[in-house]
Amino acid sequence: MHLLYLILIDPFAQMGAAPDLLAQTLWEGLVSGVLYALIALGFVLIYKASGVFNFAQGIMVVFSALTLVGLYAAGVPALLALAITVGVMFVLAVAVERLVLRPLVNRPDIILFMATFGLTYFLIGFGELVFGGDTKQMITAQLYLPAGAIDLHILGGIVTLQKLDIAAAIIASLMVAALAFVFQYTRIGRALRAVADSHRAALSVGISLNQIWVIVWFAAGIVALATGIMWGARSEVSFALEVVALKALPVLILGGFTSIPGAIVGGLIIGLSEKLFELYWGPLVGGGTEAWFAYVVALIVLFFRPHGLFGEVIIERI
Amino acid sequence: MSGAGAGETLLGVAGISLRFGGVQALSDVSFDIRRGEIRAIIGPNGAGKTSMLNVINGFYHPQAGRIDFGGHRLSRMRPGFAARHGIARTFQNVALFRGMTTLDNLMAGRALKMRRGFFWQLLRHGPAMREEIEQRRAVEEIIDFLEIEAIRRVPVGRLPYGLQKRVELGRALAMEPELLLLDEPMTGMNLEEKEDMCRYILEVNSQFGTTIALIEHDMGVVMDLSNRVVVLDYGRKIADDVPAVVKQDPAVIAAYLGVAG
Repeated sequence: MHLLYLILIDPFAQMGAAPDLLAQTLWEGLVSGVLYALIALGFVLIYKASGVFNFAQGIMVVFSALTLVGLYAAGVPALLALAITVGVMFVLAVAVERLVLRPLVNRPDIILFMATFGLTYFLIGFGELVFGGDTKQMITAQLYLPAGAIDLHILGGIVTLQKLDIAAAIIASLMVAALAFVFQYTRIGRALRAVADSHRAALSVGISLNQIWVIVWFAAGIVALATGIMWGARSEVSFALEVVALKALPVLILGGFTSIPGAIVGGLIIGLSEKLFELYWGPLVGGGTEAWFAYVVALIVLFFRPHGLFGEVIIERI
Repeated sequence: MSGAGAGETLLGVAGISLRFGGVQALSDVSFDIRRGEIRAIIGPNGAGKTSMLNVINGFYHPQAGRIDFGGHRLSRMRPGFAARHGIARTFQNVALFRGMTTLDNLMAGRALKMRRGFFWQLLRHGPAMREEIEQRRAVEEIIDFLEIEAIRRVPVGRLPYGLQKRVELGRALAMEPELLLLDEPMTGMNLEEKEDMCRYILEVNSQFGTTIALIEHDMGVVMDLSNRVVVLDYGRKIADDVPAVVKQDPAVIAAYLGVAG
């Protein structure tokens, strides 16, 4: 009886008693949710256009962040380093298309998936070779990202908003919106959607798959760079950062692998729910729930909606 | 029937052989398609008809033979080249962009007609917008022609099969092709839909002067529509003539009905 009280009633009583703490938690959940959405979006872009689950997305986050920081350390001005890093991500996209995707075209998806494993280990080795394996600091101030915090005196307490988090939320939202707009309203976006729906039909109307693949890998590279800057600024730049990409997995399962809105909503749900659960229900199981809670949510969603909340339901004639 | 059949050769295939591992899909097939005609490719299941279309459109690359098209002599076609030089096609099992509306499907068919750069597209006005409007006008004409106004804004994945086939034809027409390849445009349709489709094919041929190569199983349709017929069996050409002659050909009758002994 007491356990039920602790599960069903006490958390909500706490929320009511300290609304400022609730608001703080919601804000933090929102920020990490938007960042999860951004990571998931990198996966969705590539999955839609080429049917490949890009295992290397996580390492692309690390690699882009390392390139940026490494260039700055080598004496390149911050903004120029940012521009060069964008260029590097473009070169990477072209190289992946030429050297990985093109020779493997029409092979089973699992082959392409394994190829992205290979790409992952190549980027880890290459990144360590060029930039070294030690942990680095993100060049936050040099990129004109704000520091410090705003204290809001509301709800009978103080809610602290890190300025960096505000910037991260704004930048991530803008990127998500921009990608959604391009996808929906431009000719390139129409071609991207066409390729996502049917490769052979896209080929038959003269859409170049190779060109589209370069575009989506480049877009995924830009998304990775943005993620790398934001996450790197909140912690530090190291190869451990790769695991944040694994957080995108439950987001994708929740939202559906093929859906941009799914990635956004899924990211927000995971971000908010894991923070709330950790604070209010976490103590019941000894805390540390953030490491696994997202996967449980994804598992529960899978029971009821095997294609995710927004995923395309595939019905095949047999 | 259209008055075609006398035009010069638009596309010729010569000595095409195509192998998948141990399976010989096409052996030494040669025929031509004349400008302005409706050319049928028929044959029993597994005869290599779709493989032939895939060779023409560049999806398959034959091990031997050549393709002559519009002054180019190629040992293999590529899909991009085919599309740029006016070859459009439909597919046996309908390959539409299922998540997109009818309108977007047809607009995607005009991908090659639109040239404005990415940043103009982002701005959504100026040259890119004018271009979009121009292309949209052409697409609306096709929608009109195929009588699919009512489903303009419907995602095509939701449409019944017969209408999907019509939208697919529309997408091919949006490319303003010189040569239109139709892979079984009437399978899975009821009688009324078949008649409609026949009418559209004839009108496309006569109004726009589009050369058409089609694969079809319905013999009545083939005999009514086509100027000349190629018959394939086990990857070989066994007959090539006007419908009336092909119909009487003993080899063709044998291929379709089988022969004793």
